[in-house]
Amino acid sequence: MTAHPIFTYNFRDNRLATVIVVTSGKGGVGKTTTSASFATGLAQRGYRTVVIDFDVGLRNLDLIMGCERRVVYDFVNVINNEANLNQALIRDKRVENLYILPASQTRDKDALTKEGVERILTELKQGFDYIVCDSPAGIERGALMALYFADEALVVTNPEVSSVRDSDRILGILASRSRRAEQGDESVKEHLVLARYAPERADRGDMLSVDDVLEILGIPLLGVIPESSTVLQSSNAGVPVILEDSSEAGAAYNDLVDRFLGKTLPHRFTSIQKKGFLKRLFGGG
Amino acid sequence: MMGLFENFFRAPPSKSAALAKERLQIIVAHERGSRRSSPDYLPALKKELLEVVRKYVPIDQSQIKVHLDREGGYEILELNITLPDEEQRQSQPRQSGGAGV
Repeated sequence: MTAHPIFTYNFRDNRLATVIVVTSGKGGVGKTTTSASFATGLAQRGYRTVVIDFDVGLRNLDLIMGCERRVVYDFVNVINNEANLNQALIRDKRVENLYILPASQTRDKDALTKEGVERILTELKQGFDYIVCDSPAGIERGALMALYFADEALVVTNPEVSSVRDSDRILGILASRSRRAEQGDESVKEHLVLARYAPERADRGDMLSVDDVLEILGIPLLGVIPESSTVLQSSNAGVPVILEDSSEAGAAYNDLVDRFLGKTLPHRFTSIQKKGFLKRLFGGG
Repeated sequence: MMGLFENFFRAPPSKSAALAKERLQIIVAHERGSRRSSPDYLPALKKELLEVVRKYVPIDQSQIKVHLDREGGYEILELNITLPDEEQRQSQPRQSGGAGV
């Protein structure tokens, strides 16, 4: 392997990268799907973006991003100085400006040290605009490390009791155990991502509605991602769903990224879509 | 067969989302109550206390513990500072009283 530098230092302005954690507490709610699509969307819009898998022992972001066969070195290798960042970062083949730092498969729970993570984030901040940290489920070390250095947080929640409760728990941890909280700095900026939403079920009263979840969690809504078969299809193919922009989920992620970057857009896919006759006949959506 | 009967004769769908919301509001309020007992200013308070104590005794961050408790209508601020042994203190140079930075 030739060791050519794959990220260059960014002297465009003196602003360092923003660190964003994608977190939830509960597993299986769409953290990795969101991390992959969010990072891809930022890169598509011209921002130099790196997405880091913090799920040590259960690497999966590489599969969702479709680069699992290109993993040579990982996050823990870089922390342990067994490889440098240029060797470990995987450049995305579809989208420019996008890099992936895969998780290690080690079973060593203590592989992520605060000092090690800080050193790597500091180095990455020089070359990137956005650093997206894909948190593991739970509130153990990996999850705490993923959120510790965050400037902003995407809290991924499903409209379901255990997910909402865990999200509230995570909000408490962000407010008390992040570096910003410990140092008494401005608090971590929180955004709600409501995923796997089924408007027709919410409408029937079988599912918590967007408003219900907002009322309970009390943080600003960044996006609603509708329940969609395309999400599974894209993960089967290793393509972040945001690249399927004809699908509802892809469109919802595109809106979410635009909103994150400051655009004001109405929330779509939050109410029942009346299907026309032809659409009902031929499917779609 | 039972399934068929149930489908025909069951009551109109219960609005289970309303129940979910109610249960969540209760549990979340309860958990926030016990969790957010530590106000925002505690880390800053701890830092400043540390600086003040350090003017006189060399201690590190782990030797100061600030804890807030709620009991009934009262809030109790518990402050614990572990001072180093007399010998240790004498062997270490006394820090100057001037504020740093």
